[in-house]
Amino acid sequence: MSAFLQQFINFLQLGSIYALTAISFSIVYGIAGLVNFAHGAIFTVSMYFLYFLSTALFRVTEAKWIVYILALIAASVATSVVAMAIERFAYRPLRNAPAVATVVSSVGVGMALEYLCLNFAGSKAKRMASLIPSHNFNIAGINVPLYKVMIVVIALVAMVVLSLLIKKTRLGTAMRAVSQDKVAAGFMGISTNRVISAAFVLGAVLAAVAASLYGTAYSIFAYDVGDTINWWSFIAAVLGGIGSIEGAVLGGFIIGAINIVMPIVLPVSSYKDIVAFAVLIMVLMVKPTGLLGKNSVEKI
Amino acid sequence: MRKQLALYLMLSLCVGLLAGCGSSNSGSSSSQTETAASAETGAEADTTASTEASGSGDNTIYFGVNYELTGANPIIGEAAIKGIDMAVNNINAAGGVMVDGVSYQLAYKALDNGFNTEESALNAQEFADDESIIAMVGPNDSDMCMATSAILTEYGLPMIAPWSTLVELTDNEYILRACFTDNFQGEILAKYAYDYENSKTAAVLYDMSNPYNVGVAENFKTSYEALGGEVVEFLTYNGKTGETDFTSQMTKIAAAAPDILLLPNFYEEIITQTTQARDMGYTGKFIGSDTWGDDSLLEWDTENLLEGSVWCGHYHKDVASDAALEFIDEYHEIYGDSGDPNDIVALNYDAVYLLKLGIENAQALDRASVHEGLMSIESYEGVTGNMVFDNGNGDPTKSAVVIKIEDGEFKYVATVEP
Repeated sequence: MSAFLQQFINFLQLGSIYALTAISFSIVYGIAGLVNFAHGAIFTVSMYFLYFLSTALFRVTEAKWIVYILALIAASVATSVVAMAIERFAYRPLRNAPAVATVVSSVGVGMALEYLCLNFAGSKAKRMASLIPSHNFNIAGINVPLYKVMIVVIALVAMVVLSLLIKKTRLGTAMRAVSQDKVAAGFMGISTNRVISAAFVLGAVLAAVAASLYGTAYSIFAYDVGDTINWWSFIAAVLGGIGSIEGAVLGGFIIGAINIVMPIVLPVSSYKDIVAFAVLIMVLMVKPTGLLGKNSVEKI
Repeated sequence: MRKQLALYLMLSLCVGLLAGCGSSNSGSSSSQTETAASAETGAEADTTASTEASGSGDNTIYFGVNYELTGANPIIGEAAIKGIDMAVNNINAAGGVMVDGVSYQLAYKALDNGFNTEESALNAQEFADDESIIAMVGPNDSDMCMATSAILTEYGLPMIAPWSTLVELTDNEYILRACFTDNFQGEILAKYAYDYENSKTAAVLYDMSNPYNVGVAENFKTSYEALGGEVVEFLTYNGKTGETDFTSQMTKIAAAAPDILLLPNFYEEIITQTTQARDMGYTGKFIGSDTWGDDSLLEWDTENLLEGSVWCGHYHKDVASDAALEFIDEYHEIYGDSGDPNDIVALNYDAVYLLKLGIENAQALDRASVHEGLMSIESYEGVTGNMVFDNGNGDPTKSAVVIKIEDGEFKYVATVEP
C-alpha cells in the first residue's frame, strides 16, 4: 500500500512537469499554427537563467521562498524576451512559407540556442540550488518531501491561471479568435502579430515555471537538458491532441503514468519507451487528432 | 524588406547550425581542432601549438586523439586532452621518441566525438585515411570505443583505450588498454560489499544503453551471488534518452530494502539517483564504479548523501608512486589548484606513454610495426600503477584502489591486487 501511494506521488510529480511543458507546445501550435521544436531549448535557457539568478540571489538572502519567487519572475521575463525574439526573427518572416520551413527553422533555432548555452555556460553540468525549503511530511507511513507537494501545487496553479486567462480576459478571447481563423480575426481588428507574440510569452513563462520545478526535482543539468523535455512533451501534446490545453494536460499525465508504471510491471524497466510510443501510435490510429483534439478540415 | 529579413534570418540560421555542428562534427582541419582543444585546457595552448609548428618536418610522429569534448559527458574529453597534452609535452621535452637513433617529436590530431558512436567511428575513419597517423588514443567511453573497432581492424590502425573497462573490447587484437576491466571491477565491488560491508542483499540500478554500465552491473551480480549474497533488484533505465526520473525504480528498490545499492553509472547521474533513492526511503549504502571519479560529485553533494559511499578507482594520491606524485604536482602547476587530476587524466597520460613504448619497441614508423610493438609491451610502470601485459591480449593486469567518500573527500581505503 505504501509503495503504491509512493508511486502515485511520483506519478503526480512527473505528470505535472510534462503537463506544463506540453501546454507550451500546444498553446504555440494552437495560436501560431507552428510546431515549435525550439521549445526544449527555451526550457534549457530558462534553466540557466534560474540557475544564475538563484545563485546570485542566494548571496544576498538565505530565504528560499524569496529567492524562488524573484528568480522565477526574472527568469520568466528573460525567457519571454528570448521567445519573443525567436518569434519575431525566426518565425514571423516565414509565416506565409510552407509549414516545413518553419519546422526546420524551429529545429535550427533550438540547436543554435542549445549551443549558445554550451558556449556561455560551459559543458560542465550544474547543480540547481534547492529553491524549496526542505521539509518532510509523513503521509500514511510514507515520507513526502515538501518539494514534491509544491511541484504539484505550483503546476496546478499555473494551469488554472492559464485557463482563466484564456477564457476570461480580452487577450484570451483574441487568442481563441486567432486560433480559429487568423484572417477573420485580423478583420475584427485583432492584431495577429501581438496575439502570436503573447502566445510565445505564455509558452516561455510556462517553460520557466516548469524549469523551476524540474530543477527542484532533478537538480543536475547540462546544456542538453531540454532534449528529453522536448520529445516527451511533444509526444504528450500530440497524444492529448495538439492545440488543446486540456489535451496537453491529459497527455502529460499519461506520459507520466507510463514512465512510473511501466518500470514496475515490465521485466526490463527501460522498455517503457516502447510502451509510450505504442500507446501514441494506437491513439493516433483510432483518433488522428489526439485524444481531445478537434477534428478540423485542413484547407489546401 | 520582409524578403531581406528572411534571407538574413536563413543565413544566420545556417551560420548557427554550422557553428553548432562544428563543435560536434569537428571539421577535417586538424590544426583548428587542436587549437580548440588546447584553448579548452587553457595554459598549454602555446606549447602544443609550437609542437605542431616545429613538427612540420620529417621528425614528427602523429597520432590521433578521439575524445568526448561535447555531448552528454564533456568533462571526459576535457580531462583526456589534459592528460594527453601533459604526456606529449613531457615526452618531447625529454628528447622525444627514439627510433633508429633519430629523435622524433610526438604530435597529435584531436577530433571531438561528441559522446556519440557515429562521430567516434567517423573520427576513426578520418584517422585511418590519414597516412601520417600511426595510432589512435581514445575514445574513453566503452560504447565509443566499440564503434571504432571494425575500422581499426580493416585499416590496421592500432588503438590505445585509456579508460574503457569493457571486457570484450580487447577481443580486437588492435586494441591495447591502460586500465583494468569490468570483470575485475565487478568482482572488487562485490567482494567489498560482501566482505567489508557485511552485506547480504544488494540492488543494482544501471544504464542499459551503455555496455560499460551493463558490464559492471552483470559482473557484480555474478560475483556477489557466487560469494553468497543475494541481488534483490536488478533494474535498468535508458541513459540515451536523457532520463532523470528514477523514482519508480527507486521505490521498488526501497521496498526491497537491500543493504547495498550499486550505481555503476556516470557521475553526472549519481546525485539525482541517490537523492531519489533517499527520498523514496532507501536507507542502505551506495557503492559505485570508476565512473564516479570526478570532483564535481563532491561539489554537488551539498546534502552529504554520499558520505560513507565507496567506489573503485584506478589510482589515488595517497598511495601514488614518486612518478605519480610528480605528475600530480605538475598538473597543479599547469591547471591551477582545482582538485587533483582524475582517473581519466592519469590514464590518458599513461596511454601516450604506452604509445611511446610501443613505437620504441617497434623501432619503425608504420602501423603494422607499431601495432606489433604495442602488443609486445611486457610491463609498464605508469602513474596509475604497474601494468603487466600477461593476458595474451591488450589487457594489463593491474591493481585497483577502493575509495571512500568521507568528510566530502575521496579517501583511500585499500589497494586490491588482481
